[in-house]
Amino acid sequence: MVDPYLRQSPLAHLHLDARAANDADLVGAGLRLSERAHLGMINVRGVAADPAFAPAFKKATGVELPTAANTTAGKADGVHAIWLGPDEWLVITPPGREHALADKLRAATKALHAAVTVTGEARTVIRVAGANARDAIAKGCPLDLHPRVFGPGQCGQTILGRADMLIHQTALDRKSGAPSYDVFVLRSFAEYAWTWLEDAGREYGVQVVAAKG
Amino acid sequence: MSQVNRLPDGGRIDRDQSLAFTFNGRRLTGYAGDTVASALLANGVRIVGRSFKYHRPRGIVGAGPEEPNALLQLETGGRALPNQQATRVELYDGLSADSVNCWPGPDFDLMSGIGLFHRLTPAGFYYKTFMWPASFWKYYEHVIRRAAGLGRAPTAPDPDHYDKMNAHCDVLVVGGGPAGLAAAAAAAASGARVILADDQPELGGRLLSERAEIDGGPAMDWAAAAEAAIAGTEDAIVLKRTTAFGYYDHNFVGLIEQRGAILPDGGDRSRQRIWRVRAKQVVLATGAIERPLIFADNDRPGVMLAGAVRSYVNRYGVAPGKRVAVFTNNDDAYRTALDLADAGVAVAVAAVVDVRHDPSGDLVTQAMARGIEIVDGAAVTGVQGSRGVRGIEVMGLNEAGDGVTGAARDIECDVICSSGGWNPAIHLHSHAGGKATFDAERGIFLPGETLQAATSAGAAAGTFDLAGCVDGGAEAGKAAAAQAGYKKSPRRKNPKIATEDEAPLRLIWTVPTTAPTGRRGKHFLDQAHDVTAADVQLAAREGYRSIEHAKRYTTLGMAPDQGKTGNIPGMAVLGQALGVDNVGDVGTTTFRPPFTPVTLGALAGRDVGPLMDPVRMTPIHHWHELAGCTWEDVGQWKRPWYYPKDGEDMHTAVSRECKAVRDAVGILDASTLGKIDIQGPDAAEFLNRVYTNAWTKLGNGRCRYGLMLGEDGMIMDDGVTTRLADDHFVMTTTTGNAASVLEWLEEWLQTEWPELKVFCTSVTEQWANATICGPRARDLLAECTDIALDAESFPFMSMQDATVAGIPARIFRISFTGELSYEINVPASCGLSLWTALINAGDKYGITPYGTETMHVLRAEKGYIIVGQETDGTTTPQDLGMDWIVSAKKDFIGRRSFAREDNQRDDRKQLVGLLTDDPSTVLPEGAQITETRLERPPPGSTVPMIGHVTSSYHSPNLGRSFALALVKRGRERIGENVYLPLDGGVARAEVTGPVFVDPEGSRIDG
Amino acid sequence: MLLIPCPFCGEREESEFHQGGEAHIERPKNPDKLSDAEWADYLFLRDNKKGLYLERWVHRHGCRRWFNVARDTATNEIKTVYKMGAKPPRGLTKGRAK
Ligand SMILES: [Zn+2]
Repeated sequence: MVDPYLRQSPLAHLHLDARAANDADLVGAGLRLSERAHLGMINVRGVAADPAFAPAFKKATGVELPTAANTTAGKADGVHAIWLGPDEWLVITPPGREHALADKLRAATKALHAAVTVTGEARTVIRVAGANARDAIAKGCPLDLHPRVFGPGQCGQTILGRADMLIHQTALDRKSGAPSYDVFVLRSFAEYAWTWLEDAGREYGVQVVAAKG
Repeated sequence: MSQVNRLPDGGRIDRDQSLAFTFNGRRLTGYAGDTVASALLANGVRIVGRSFKYHRPRGIVGAGPEEPNALLQLETGGRALPNQQATRVELYDGLSADSVNCWPGPDFDLMSGIGLFHRLTPAGFYYKTFMWPASFWKYYEHVIRRAAGLGRAPTAPDPDHYDKMNAHCDVLVVGGGPAGLAAAAAAAASGARVILADDQPELGGRLLSERAEIDGGPAMDWAAAAEAAIAGTEDAIVLKRTTAFGYYDHNFVGLIEQRGAILPDGGDRSRQRIWRVRAKQVVLATGAIERPLIFADNDRPGVMLAGAVRSYVNRYGVAPGKRVAVFTNNDDAYRTALDLADAGVAVAVAAVVDVRHDPSGDLVTQAMARGIEIVDGAAVTGVQGSRGVRGIEVMGLNEAGDGVTGAARDIECDVICSSGGWNPAIHLHSHAGGKATFDAERGIFLPGETLQAATSAGAAAGTFDLAGCVDGGAEAGKAAAAQAGYKKSPRRKNPKIATEDEAPLRLIWTVPTTAPTGRRGKHFLDQAHDVTAADVQLAAREGYRSIEHAKRYTTLGMAPDQGKTGNIPGMAVLGQALGVDNVGDVGTTTFRPPFTPVTLGALAGRDVGPLMDPVRMTPIHHWHELAGCTWEDVGQWKRPWYYPKDGEDMHTAVSRECKAVRDAVGILDASTLGKIDIQGPDAAEFLNRVYTNAWTKLGNGRCRYGLMLGEDGMIMDDGVTTRLADDHFVMTTTTGNAASVLEWLEEWLQTEWPELKVFCTSVTEQWANATICGPRARDLLAECTDIALDAESFPFMSMQDATVAGIPARIFRISFTGELSYEINVPASCGLSLWTALINAGDKYGITPYGTETMHVLRAEKGYIIVGQETDGTTTPQDLGMDWIVSAKKDFIGRRSFAREDNQRDDRKQLVGLLTDDPSTVLPEGAQITETRLERPPPGSTVPMIGHVTSSYHSPNLGRSFALALVKRGRERIGENVYLPLDGGVARAEVTGPVFVDPEGSRIDG
Repeated sequence: MLLIPCPFCGEREESEFHQGGEAHIERPKNPDKLSDAEWADYLFLRDNKKGLYLERWVHRHGCRRWFNVARDTATNEIKTVYKMGAKPPRGLTKGRAK
């Protein structure tokens, strides 16, 4: 594993920690943004129809293979798997655990037609939460995120503004009804996506919050 | 003069909230709840502008989106908005508006002289007058524009922001009138997700303008209750001040919302928002638009639509005149007479002129009972007063409706309320491919078959009585919800609504005078574009048969109001001129979006300024920025172009960078190169098929250059691919083609070769790439890694895993400059750490960061191509002298096309080098090449081009300029001279081979 | 703005997709046996019919899968979608306009 000191997130230059400290006492912001930097990500390709594939995946990751479209499995703050397509998944791990897990996946799928590629460096994740999180995202995303059709644990590859986005609803606050999303964008689009979300959230009030773990 | 026409009470305005505004510099006041139009009328303003072509004085005609005349320039500077209909702009404090179409002002207009020459400006005037010579069009257009002068563009950046919102629903209801309210309430009650959009600040639609009753109380009480019921439903969205401007395929509807009555204060609220609504079902409750009777000089200020006058009286508490005449072919306009008669002493009804004999409906009876004079079987044959109505001339109308009878009688009045019946607003229905059917009885187009999941309800469906609208709306809403899957809807109680018995209208299109149409007064069809009935008749005489052609020829209906009042009468006039009785047989014009104009700001939305297009940044971006580089845009990427030191111009900086790479060591951020991870037992076979060369025998850890062709045999992309394991490769692509090459590979795998066991994954952004290059590159790298770097341990075209500056890395020994070169790939998050480590360690070797310009010079010195620069989609490997990379032993994409006749021609353009006689001449890229010296084109013939320059630079290493070019039979011409006609004269150049530096490749190992 | 039912992700807006031309154009197994004219036909010539059209789309900003769409070019009605390699559904045979 690389010395974390050598690593830099694509939003590092925005000094989000300092802004989070400034915003700590803010109340009533409809949109809360944070960067979940350096999450481990593994792109997994495989043949879902092969009866050996899902068990191999489960064995390596401890997570059920999500085979239904637009669904995820596992814990949003731990290891989890996101459906990307009929033969493609993204496995998310806490920072630094991706290479070990990728090795396990390779070993488990050695005899199968599968491909395991570590890709977390290519992306960052912006956690978008708050009472107006859905409204802000809906300004640039054609996907229907209404709770009747899109809820916690669901995911989709789509568009945010002019960038590609993978969106995963991680939670729904029962009391307030406020959703929480993880927005995955390619690293090179990170500043665009962050700026876009802040701009889209202007009318609701934006609070930068410190990233958790 | 202050609000002279404001009635003492009534209306839905807030008389406690006085609002000041200016119109053409005049300070006026109105009330909250006014539109600019109602406030102008309240203030007695009659002339609001001048007409487009004749510059005739014009007044307000309508009360909504049908308004043809009252086009205003709103605000100034960055907030300027041209061509706003005064009838649609809500008044706010401090508003400033000017007329658009007159100079210096509407009351005294210098251009109005054109009216005296009106015989010179008939239909097709522009086409006829400004036809020849065509090359002069740019001047004509300028003159026409100035004379026409519709509005002025903003003069500064817009200080406001705009946004868009994607929305999805089960049932979208367009229109918040009685039908729309009933539809939305019924749909919402069934549990469907409902969006109700209405263009007014208050829901109610026509009810806002009428004195109707529902359930024994004011109809607006019913509307308020319906609104509350809808808004109280979970997930319902009620949008006011929101116009549906376009209806597109698959139930996609564009709405534009004015976000509040006043301008935003520069804060966080957007000024306008476009809603992109995808609905399972749409209910179009868009109402109807009244059409005027087309009589002589029907454009005089004071000639208004009868329903609009009712709006001004009932909704805004404004009587547009003191003495009002009504001219109608139907019963509905009698409501205007009755409402005016009840409005108090300030206003009197002069008479109702009815084209029908012995009108007899309930409303007519009521008018008679009120003592209103009814002149039946009669027509308005003239209007007195050119700057404002002073009276009308009335004559009898013959049985056929095409001539007048009896003696003329003058009736004094200052306003004429004209009504030719109501047209269902089928615009949105039509946008999305809906057909229209013609109801000959009523002379209206009704919504017919539609391609969408949509229904029309209420007046939009030709139901004009209130009870029918409410009932039809509720049924439509319930049915739409059921179609969307919400079948259970609660029982509903039909409200009690009294219905007046109305007699049928009498269809009269052009109202005759004592002279043929156009000889006595002008019968305006389209006041916004000054198109008259005579113009349409002329078009028919000139052979126009189709309404679509006649419309374009006369410009009927092509102004900002899109002919909302004039189109149907215009079709009728064309029909009559062609001898077609039934307007429906003339055809229907297709309505196209937008229903009302949409601002460019709203269409741009958030895609402005820094968010106009994503700026893609490499992990090392901010180092380059601090180093003061200049940027080159490569697609959406920003790449350092060169790094000027204090006072350096581009030439000096690039020369310094080029020398540094060839003499010491340079460093390039190559992170943007496309990278594709290719895995699977058939990976090598797959590469054999997509590249021109063979891959099966490539050893693990070895790299190979590959050329990718389209199936047409033309070069598509190139790059180096490395074998990591038997079944594992990593391919690089050009920066610009990273996404398209991956899509290309997937296309072949998924559609043509699904049997191949191969998976492709993009890893472009997984890796940062710092490329060090130059004779000292090995020394530098040795400072940062432990692995053996000598040419034997780590040969050219191979790859090694290593740790560089504490970071796990893949090092590729490949070169795009001909120098000893290492492309060091590390996890993207470590890119900056790697870069700074190399910069620090390289200090003693004179490490020099270089940008894309230096990279281009260095690769061109070696004759290395850039796809998209040396190639243009018509270039084969053979053209570039790259036959060596084309395998003859296997099939691959594009191979068959080599044998095509055109690709076998022996005079194809081939890649060569050029050296100009004058070593300081840097040829422009794209410059054309001729065989002989040509100072000017040969008479009567085109210049015989034999090729063009593809790359051209000054080389500090050569001490002179050089170029690459594609030249017909280029390789045969090596040693010969060619010529390049340039701006300052003709340059002569010698054709050379394409490699200028180190042709034997001796520098590659350092 | 079409609403396209990706066979894998479900209904998505057209802006997420890219149209890939006429469907069921098979790459000739042995191109060398073809005349230049036949090869040009494969390379360049496509139907452009009013009415039913079988075409390929790729869910570019979604799952990146290719699939076939049976669309009426006059009304934009999407009759059905089906996966690559599958035959067009019954009654929707290639190039037959309604
Ligand atoms: Zn998909």
